[in-house]
Amino acid sequence: MARTAKKNPVDRFFSVMTAAAAFSVIVLIAGILYVLVSESSLAIGRFGVWRFLSSTDWDPVRQSFGALTNIYGTVLTTVLSLAIAIPLAVGIAIFVTEISPNFLKGPIGAAIELLAAIPSIIYGMWGLFTLSPIMSTYIEPFLKKIFSGVPLIGILFQGTPMGIDILTASVILSIMIIPFTASISRDSFNLTPAVVKESAYAIGATRWEVVKNVVIPYSKLGVFGGVVLSLGRALGETMAVAFVLGNNHRITTSLFDAAATITVTLANEFAEADSDVYLSSLFYLALVLFVLSFITLAVAKFFLLKAERKYSR
Amino acid sequence: MTREQIRKTEGFIALSLSTLAALGGLFWLVFILGDVLVHGIKALHIDLFLNDPAPPGVDGGGLRNAFVGQLLITVCATLIGVPMGVLGGTFLAEYARGRKIARLISILADIMVSVPSIVIGTFIYAVLVKPIGHFNGWAGAVALAIIMIPVVLRTTEDMLSLVPWTLREAAFALGAPYYKVITQVVYRGAATGILTGVLLSIARVAGETAPLLFTSFNNSFYSLDMKQPVASLTVTIFQYAMGPYDNWHAQAWAAAFVITIFILILTITGRLIIKWRYK
Amino acid sequence: MKVFLKLALALALVFSFTHADAADMLNGAGASFPYPVYSAWSYDYNKVTGVQLNYQSIGSGGGIKQISARTVAFGASDAPLAPAQLKKDSLLQFPAVIGGVVPVVNVPGVKAGELKLDSDALCRIYLGDIKYWDDGRIKSLNAGLRLPHSEMTVVHRSDGSGTTAIFTTYLSEVCPVWKSKVGAGTSVNWPAGIGGKGNEGVANYTKRTAGSIGYVEFAYAEQNKLAYALLKNSAGNFVKPSFETFEDAAATGNFDPGKDFHLWLVNAPGKKAWPIAGATFILLAKEKTDSNKKVVKFFDWAFNHGDKKAKDLVYVPLPSSLKNKIRAYWKTHGIL
Repeated sequence: MARTAKKNPVDRFFSVMTAAAAFSVIVLIAGILYVLVSESSLAIGRFGVWRFLSSTDWDPVRQSFGALTNIYGTVLTTVLSLAIAIPLAVGIAIFVTEISPNFLKGPIGAAIELLAAIPSIIYGMWGLFTLSPIMSTYIEPFLKKIFSGVPLIGILFQGTPMGIDILTASVILSIMIIPFTASISRDSFNLTPAVVKESAYAIGATRWEVVKNVVIPYSKLGVFGGVVLSLGRALGETMAVAFVLGNNHRITTSLFDAAATITVTLANEFAEADSDVYLSSLFYLALVLFVLSFITLAVAKFFLLKAERKYSR
Repeated sequence: MTREQIRKTEGFIALSLSTLAALGGLFWLVFILGDVLVHGIKALHIDLFLNDPAPPGVDGGGLRNAFVGQLLITVCATLIGVPMGVLGGTFLAEYARGRKIARLISILADIMVSVPSIVIGTFIYAVLVKPIGHFNGWAGAVALAIIMIPVVLRTTEDMLSLVPWTLREAAFALGAPYYKVITQVVYRGAATGILTGVLLSIARVAGETAPLLFTSFNNSFYSLDMKQPVASLTVTIFQYAMGPYDNWHAQAWAAAFVITIFILILTITGRLIIKWRYK
Repeated sequence: MKVFLKLALALALVFSFTHADAADMLNGAGASFPYPVYSAWSYDYNKVTGVQLNYQSIGSGGGIKQISARTVAFGASDAPLAPAQLKKDSLLQFPAVIGGVVPVVNVPGVKAGELKLDSDALCRIYLGDIKYWDDGRIKSLNAGLRLPHSEMTVVHRSDGSGTTAIFTTYLSEVCPVWKSKVGAGTSVNWPAGIGGKGNEGVANYTKRTAGSIGYVEFAYAEQNKLAYALLKNSAGNFVKPSFETFEDAAATGNFDPGKDFHLWLVNAPGKKAWPIAGATFILLAKEKTDSNKKVVKFFDWAFNHGDKKAKDLVYVPLPSSLKNKIRAYWKTHGIL
């Protein structure tokens, strides 16, 4: 393409500029990885890899640090928020693509996507001042009354409901990721060929049966990709949870307990860290988060690309 | 119940639940925005924009420093991030179109869009704060720019790809070199799309807090010096909302109100442009 | 594209003219606890003199790091540095304002100031040894007070803070088991209880949980009218947290200019002294005489004119005897 014009020196300059800008993406990712590794080298040397990942220590006095409590909090809030968000998001996508009258499709879709535009600090602040009191006075005591006596899941609802805990953080996170999952699910649903749907209707399927047996199976790759993408998002969310999680470095089983995620630990302690090992351990945590979310996002991208290829065939 | 009725009922329940889910999503939106609106408007006052922060207990303090600081950081981030993103996207869609490397960079950029912003904050702390020795506005701007680059780059790539290839061929036929074709024909064709991408990327970074915590930090005075710590609305909200004083909380709500409105306007404008231009 | 370049150029011009702005600017950084009072003083000082003193609360650890790297005019720390470390980094140190830690409780039927605790009881509570409110070790101190047989919830800070440093230093000093098992620091590995972020977090948890005990900054307890407990001080008296008892602690604490005022103000010997107090300190780079003079001028002004403002914000101003010691210290180092 346009090879003839390549000899022009200005063109050459311009093409090099654009190439440099494009390659900056690779340079940045490599740079982030390199800097995080070198900043955490002190902690890596002191605690190793496996010991750091599996240790529940977070003791600034004795300068002994491990990532497990942080990873536990990160994974727990993420999984919980996905469990809340996925059914809602898929429901929204079904509503927008299959149920809603045409004139409402655009506005409702846009309104849901506006949720994604609200900055995370607003979610956090709203969570602290508005949601947390509601959770601690109404919702959590109610859940406790119902579930605390039930065997097995009862342990999830022990302790005093405070509103600053894993459950509140997960609810806020779920609201934040609903728009991502919903809009990708909607786009995937929309890709189901009309012919296939119409033939299902023709043999007498109800609307729900078409959704259940045609649309969802057809678009599950895309929906799955969207879910994994939301997972990657939720892993790295900071401000929305920083207000309501309580930064507690312990592994707890109750959803009413405070916890710490990697992001919350960084936000709370990075500027306060007063020794080199402490700071280096925080960089180490950032490195763990970077690798974790990079892998998740790469997996999501893989599925979304696969879905795209399937539909375009 | 007959089989027929069971199918009908199941369908009715499932579709009702979907409708409820949609209402639930709208409920959260109205709840959050309404709350910010109500609390924000109550605390909104002209002093907020004209005065610098007064210490707790003194009335009439404002957040001029944070408004100006936020603007400064965002503008600088835009000045760094947008040219990089547009140029990078140009490379992917034009010079490297169809090549493996373009595909790779495009995928990496997609991933980078969602990389935790606090990680970028720690990265910039190590690169631009620690060596310099103190928090500074540039560090914050660069951190935000890094978040912007992949967003702008991907939109540019997509928008340039939408410009029909025949248009370029027509320009080549007139003997124009490729860079002229790009800047004068292709960019013109994709201008609205790129502009939308820029708007949305500004909306994305204007609400970021985590990457600013350890970079531009905060400054209780009005300052335009990007080599010093610069206040931002988001970090101020974090500090004030967590603080013990009631008038801090009120100001945090007011700041939250302003920043939310600003971002929503940008986002809605962006979406309207897309709708009007591409549908 | 061209529009963009023009915009960039215009902005570059704007920036090149703005440096004059920072003419009289003093940068300080460190402890978050004194942030409100320093910024209040700085606000007033700015009105009087036009000097801008920008204090960033980045935490005590950050304050020490920044001044050691000489990137700020002064650092601030809730934890005093030992003379050896000051010497190593060539720093000066003096206290600026007093704060302290108050145990707050939520026991049904017990009002503010009714519950009495001594150092051993407090230590056992935070170690998790005392599990119920009617434990003999609490009952014996509170004859006549009806204590319920309810479980005790211990609340502590979850973030790093000077408040925790003062509190754990106190516990380490009065309680050998604490010292060997947990130790003192801005954040520690708590043997019991739940963590709340910031004073607000601890206060919220305590307010909402029946049978709980927490510790918060004096200013916070006072402003939010929390139910404080009385503590037995080293003179053997039960005292309540107030300006008076904090001032007594500061006045009787042995601040020694020869040791750069290095002192944890816990267990001060005064009869009325509140046992868990602490000064928050200012750190200066020894060789930077010019900027030190400006900083010292600010604090001298604050010592002369800032007491009322400090009290409004519920900080305890230094007693005048200590202020004079500090002024003498400044003179010996040639910065006043």
